[in-house]
Amino acid sequence: MDLPVHVQLDLHRRMVRIRLFEEAAGRLAESNRLPGFLHLYVGEEAVAAGVCGALNDDDHITSTHRGHGHLVAKGGDFNRMMAELMGKATGYCKGKGGSMHISDTSLGMLGANGIVGAGSPIAVGAAFANRYRGRGQVAVAFFGDGSTNIGAFHEAANMACALHLPIVFACENNEYGEFTPRDKTMAITDIVDRAAGYGMPGVIVDGMDVIAVHEATVEAVERARTGGGPSLIEAKTYRFYNHHGVQNLGLKYRSDDEVAMWKQRDPIFTLEDRMIENKAATRDQFDAIWAELRADIDAAIAFADESPYPTPDQIMVGVYTSMSGAN
Amino acid sequence: MADERKLAYVMAFNEAVKQQMEADPNVFCAGEDIGAFGGVFGTFGGLQAKFGADRVVDTPISEQAIVGLGVGAAVTGLRPIVDLMFMDFICVALDQIVNQAAKLKYMFGGDAVLPLTITTAGGGGLSAAAQHSQSLEALLCHIPGLKVVMPSNPYDMKGLMTACIQENNPTVMIKHKRLLGMTGHVPEESYSIPLGKGNILRPGKDVTIVAYARMANEALIAAEELSKDGIDCEIIDPRTLQPLDTDLIVSSVKKTNHAVVVHEAVRFGGLGGEIASQIQELAFDYLDAPVTRIGAPFSPVPFSPALEQHYIPDSKTIVQGIRDVMARV
Ligand SMILES: Cc1ncc(C[n+]2csc(CCOP(=O)(O)OP(=O)(O)O)c2C)c(N)n1
Ligand SMILES: [Mg+2]
Repeated sequence: MDLPVHVQLDLHRRMVRIRLFEEAAGRLAESNRLPGFLHLYVGEEAVAAGVCGALNDDDHITSTHRGHGHLVAKGGDFNRMMAELMGKATGYCKGKGGSMHISDTSLGMLGANGIVGAGSPIAVGAAFANRYRGRGQVAVAFFGDGSTNIGAFHEAANMACALHLPIVFACENNEYGEFTPRDKTMAITDIVDRAAGYGMPGVIVDGMDVIAVHEATVEAVERARTGGGPSLIEAKTYRFYNHHGVQNLGLKYRSDDEVAMWKQRDPIFTLEDRMIENKAATRDQFDAIWAELRADIDAAIAFADESPYPTPDQIMVGVYTSMSGAN
Repeated sequence: MADERKLAYVMAFNEAVKQQMEADPNVFCAGEDIGAFGGVFGTFGGLQAKFGADRVVDTPISEQAIVGLGVGAAVTGLRPIVDLMFMDFICVALDQIVNQAAKLKYMFGGDAVLPLTITTAGGGGLSAAAQHSQSLEALLCHIPGLKVVMPSNPYDMKGLMTACIQENNPTVMIKHKRLLGMTGHVPEESYSIPLGKGNILRPGKDVTIVAYARMANEALIAAEELSKDGIDCEIIDPRTLQPLDTDLIVSSVKKTNHAVVVHEAVRFGGLGGEIASQIQELAFDYLDAPVTRIGAPFSPVPFSPALEQHYIPDSKTIVQGIRDVMARV
């Protein structure tokens, strides 16, 4: 635990922001106030927070269908996120994208994605452009264990290595793709085994330990920025809720005991306990952080509630860019 | 009445698969989450328990390999049903569908048989946004070698799915997500509806509406509304889009002298253009007004319900479209 306290607090804050946003989204979905599909990131906060905490504002990330956590960790604005989930005109995507396409290009967040595996090739493109322009930016592809079974992942990993690009492949191995356990869909246990096949270094980290994720990412990002090429980080983690929606227990494809076991290792509470034990922070300090961020969430819900829906004349807006560059 | 057994659209699909698996040991299914979980829409529910994991196979998330598995197994003698969860994901597997499944037989000089059924779920109306709501049937209908089926009700679903499985060519069976829960009369015994045979869903004399999948049901609602104004609509549901029952459509138009084609897909480049062309080529002298197409605007499917409800055509759009056509007379 030699990370400076302010860095630890920064990682903690990113995680709490994700947790509160996701729990709020879950409650809204439960009361039918959110349209569409909702894939919650709760349980996996240490991955997005640990990785994004090692990035600069102008570094790029690509995301997945489970993308809110990535955007929050990259600095996403609660108001615009909540409005987007509700399909409002003030949302990040003006109500066009919703949960599965949430994005903020100004933060380098190149979109959640409804197509499994599709983000990784796009991260390769961002990494290429970053090296091309020579400003020292890196790209990170977030992806699930299940997505490593799709061709797009393999093509992206190989091309990134062949072109020696400044990229980090960040795998969230939560042991399931939808409702099917990993061992039914691949003959390996560790996603990291794939890295060698492309010629990049890979490490396994405890995805419930934000500091471990962070340290591994700092190393991989440093390698990328200094011309050392791609790396793969496999974070072993777990989603506390169902594949989509807000059910967590009584699911037929995984046991309640398994869920309880992982919840014992809650990434936020583990960090808090450790920091308190190490006298790096106090319970009161943490309580104040939660309270402050809760107020932000309440304000975001109010903002989204009060925001107007897009009007039908907006349907055709934003399909193409005009030659003047305007939307 | 023993005949009045009702079944949901999704279970009509399930029953067709079950009966064909019972009848033919060469039939097997493969797809994501279809085994233990029964498919995300419940379409394959109970089949793995009944037929075992060798015949109802949970696959990795690998659309290209899923269709490839079907192509390879079909060409070597099995009768595969491979599932792509959402129609949007056909794009991930397009090489296997378009360049392989559709063409092997022809490229081999006829020396290949591909009894392959690709099943998927299309259509919007669930706020599932641009990558989970598309209607891409026109793309598939443009490919020689494929057959494309889109049932509008439970009865047709069972008969057409049975026909797809028994068919000796690659077929794509597109369920509509918003019709999964629709119930209707479905006989228990196995039956098939010939591919390429359309259906007169409602007879009428004033205007022909050609509509399929969910839009056929919207057309039925529209026809009731229009009957109050004395406009008598004939609704033709082609059921199979490739091959298309042009004869049925044209003979209807020759009777009504008016035609409106409706689909949920984007209007530009949609199947409506093809159907309208067929009508004007084969029934030009019978037309009292130009053939009209109703479809979605030229944009991706928007997420927000506030936009999507205006994006997808419905009975009101159809009523308006038909009033416009009839007003030209
Ligand atoms: C190409 C494609 N195939 C299938 C799906 C349906 N689907 C959505 S999420 C998912 C599971 C993804 O698993 P994983 O990559 O492990 O991510 P996780 O959900 O566990 O975070 C599947 C199969 C999809 N969206 N895109
Ligand atoms: Mg997973």
